[in-house]
Amino acid sequence: MSIGANEEFRPKIVAFCCNWCSYAGADLAGSSRLAYPADVKIIRVPCSCRVNPMFILRAFERGADGVILCGCHPGDCHYSTGNFYARRRMTMLFSMLDYIGVENGRTRVEWVSAAEGAKFSATMNDFVAKVTSLGKNVRLGDLRCKN
Amino acid sequence: MQQRIGVFVCHCGSNIAATVDVKKVVEMLALEPGVVHAEDYQYMCSEVGQAKIAEAIKEKQLTGVVVCSCSPRMHETTFRKCAERAGLNPYMVEIANIREQVSWIHKDMEEATQKAVILGRAAIAKVSLNTPLKAGESRVTKRALVIGGGIAGIQTALDIADAGYEVDIVEKTPSIGGRMSQLDKTFPTLDCSACILTPKMVEASANEKITLYTYSEVEKVSGFVGDFTVDIRKKARSVDMSKCTGCGVCQEKCPNKKAPSEFNRGLNTRSAIYTPFAQAIPNVPVIDREHCTKFLTGKCGVCSKVCQAGAIDYEQQDEIITEKYGAIVVATGFDIIKLDNYGEYAYDQSPDVITSLELERIMNAAGPTKGHLERMSDHKAPKNMVFIQCVGSRCSDGRGKSYCSKICCMYTAKHAMLIRDKYPDVNVTVFYIDVRTPGKNFDEFYRRAVEDYHVNYIKGQVGKVTPEADGSLTVHGVDLIDNKQIKMKADMVVLAAAIEPNPDIRKIATMLTASIDTNNFLTEAHAKLRPVESPTAGIFLSGVTQGPKDIPETVSQAGAAAVKAIGLLAKDKLLTNPCTAQADIMACNGCSTCANVCPYGAISYEDKEVRGPGIREVRRVAVVNSALCQGCGACTVACPSGAMDLQGFSNRQIIAEVDAICR
Ligand SMILES: Cc1cc2nc3c(=O)[nH]c(=O)nc-3n(C[C@H](O)[C@H](O)[C@H](O)COP(=O)(O)OP(=O)(O)OC[C@H]3O[C@@H](n4cnc5c(N)ncnc54)[C@H](O)[C@@H]3O)c2cc1C
Ligand code: SF4
Ligand code: SF4
Ligand code: FES
Repeated sequence: MSIGANEEFRPKIVAFCCNWCSYAGADLAGSSRLAYPADVKIIRVPCSCRVNPMFILRAFERGADGVILCGCHPGDCHYSTGNFYARRRMTMLFSMLDYIGVENGRTRVEWVSAAEGAKFSATMNDFVAKVTSLGKNVRLGDLRCKN
Repeated sequence: MQQRIGVFVCHCGSNIAATVDVKKVVEMLALEPGVVHAEDYQYMCSEVGQAKIAEAIKEKQLTGVVVCSCSPRMHETTFRKCAERAGLNPYMVEIANIREQVSWIHKDMEEATQKAVILGRAAIAKVSLNTPLKAGESRVTKRALVIGGGIAGIQTALDIADAGYEVDIVEKTPSIGGRMSQLDKTFPTLDCSACILTPKMVEASANEKITLYTYSEVEKVSGFVGDFTVDIRKKARSVDMSKCTGCGVCQEKCPNKKAPSEFNRGLNTRSAIYTPFAQAIPNVPVIDREHCTKFLTGKCGVCSKVCQAGAIDYEQQDEIITEKYGAIVVATGFDIIKLDNYGEYAYDQSPDVITSLELERIMNAAGPTKGHLERMSDHKAPKNMVFIQCVGSRCSDGRGKSYCSKICCMYTAKHAMLIRDKYPDVNVTVFYIDVRTPGKNFDEFYRRAVEDYHVNYIKGQVGKVTPEADGSLTVHGVDLIDNKQIKMKADMVVLAAAIEPNPDIRKIATMLTASIDTNNFLTEAHAKLRPVESPTAGIFLSGVTQGPKDIPETVSQAGAAAVKAIGLLAKDKLLTNPCTAQADIMACNGCSTCANVCPYGAISYEDKEVRGPGIREVRRVAVVNSALCQGCGACTVACPSGAMDLQGFSNRQIIAEVDAICR
């Protein structure tokens, strides 16, 4: 891919955020005016453990270029153990996705507390940069879903 | 059913409208399938804004509402209540967060508007699949638990009892009182700590609504707001509380007096059977089994022989008490940090380098030196004293704490002033980064130390304290105002060590599923608007467990926590979160995977008749107890048959959002 084409490219990024820590962290990033690219769209879930691998596959099928899952720090999950399940599930899913060509850089799990507005913003900036450098995700895109 | 969705886009004054073209958002979202109404308004959350929503619901018979506004954490409840008043099920409302997630972080109007539209579409897609939900009801046990019996816990308990509710205090140490019982005099008025604390301790123990569990810890918590079940471990005191008269003979006669005194911060020792201090409540000693000769070697038994009341019981076992509570208040307070990372101050090398808390004990008439200011090494009176502030507070290099401990400037001024008052020939120098004394009569207090008592305040840090062969200490510091190196002799150095939440808080927070921040302070439900509540319903925060505080602030917050707890206890019934899991019995095969991941034990299995096309059988299927389910969703992902789903965050709803975003 040429550099010129890369400059044009704006990735589609889905961020699943747990309600208690990371969604609040995103709110804090907002109220602290800590910018990150508009490419990131957040979906609120009660806990990181609510995120079914199916949702992530769906996002990639529908043309997402990157998917990030944010939850409370290990040990701090509002429901105590949810993020441990999420971590285990995502480790497996992401290595499987990498195996079929959705590079590891397009998927990420990050722990962001309600107090970490700065970390939320920094994480999103970094993730968008990474996904942008990987370019368009073509691997799982379902042609039937394209308009 | 044909969807009839209304979209309401808020300007939030200029908070949203300055960056997002709200008219354009209205125009674009009006085109979405199912949308029959779209409008914008200055402040949707205002009375007028809410009236607009209510009116549209009624006039256009809306089946769903999307509000594009601030974070749902801010006003979701507001808009749900508004919908309910207009006759729409409150759970048919979704919020698109176009302030925190759009206008506040993006500058480019076109880009921001486009993102707002996409978030609006996702909310519309979701609300189209919402189903009306009804909150269940649960009962409220009219009894509160307070964990921690410092001034915070005592005050909260007294206030709750005053309102007529039963309240139990669980205190880890043998007596209630907390740190305040260790203090000598208290700023800003310099009244003696014991004189103001002891009456409150007595009041708490005499109050018939209050039960004290001292030398006890919370072991297990289950249940939820209004209906917690708690196991309390009453550690074996080895003394029968019902028989002991508190005469104190046992402590006097105990031949083993070598145990370090926790209460005096290890500055002296105590007997193996002890009460931490003379005014302890309850005034019943405990045997420290790790130091008691009887427990170590089997020989001794002196206390049992001298006790006239026959209260000593070497066979006593820990006891587990199970009790139900409607509300739980956490008041576990703080300790000062360990100074292992601050070797340069020679705390471990010289007994004359002490912490401020140790100084409180030294200055206290009931302390190890009976209130005489003296060096712990040779018991000589000091001539020169140096105080170092911010030891481990406001630290940016990762060795200490990032926050300001808040109380140290004031208590250092207090110490300096008390010493200059009682021993006018002692020179007192204070090294500080900044002196922070906001608070009623606080700055005046500090200025008195400087102006009336001539305490030598130096803005600057101390790099090193070196113990010398002659027993003195050399303090190497910098004066930032005169920009010069300073080397001075001192006989005693006092470190204002940072405070940190009691380390137990991690364990307690986990049991309560309450959240704590990166510094281990308990997190508030809202930093500004709900400062004494935890985000976990039914859990309240009192005292330093929430953040650094002095006594006046602790007491105010303790009262506020009590009011919130009373508000809860006064209710007869509570509405429960209706976003709970549900198993589709047609798909469930009773594999038991889901119950294994549920943190609340909400899932059980029952034999149920399953009827469907071609099936009619009785089989074992999952049943979720909606009163116990907290709606995390762990089970929905664990379920291999896709039978488990979460109401309000269903698979279809989330996928609809994904699709709308990736469209
Ligand atoms: C050196 C020094 C000087 C000070 N001087 C002043 C002053 O002059 N004026 C002033 O206003 N403030 C002063 N303070 C501040 C004051 O000490 C605090 O504001 C006050 O003690 C806070 O009360 P608390 O109840 O929140 O915490 P604490 O006093 O720490 O009480 C917490 C209680 O909870 C108990 N606990 C802990 N963990 C558990 C558990 N797992 N289970 C059960 N119980 C548990 C503890 O044993 C303790 O009894 C000073 C502090 C220090 C360090
Ligand atoms: S959603 Fe499932 S795992 Fe979570 S509390 Fe409810 S029943 Fe338990
Ligand atoms: S995991 Fe799914 S299939 Fe297994 S018992 Fe639970 S709901 Fe039924
Ligand atoms: S609630 Fe945040 S990860 Fe579970």
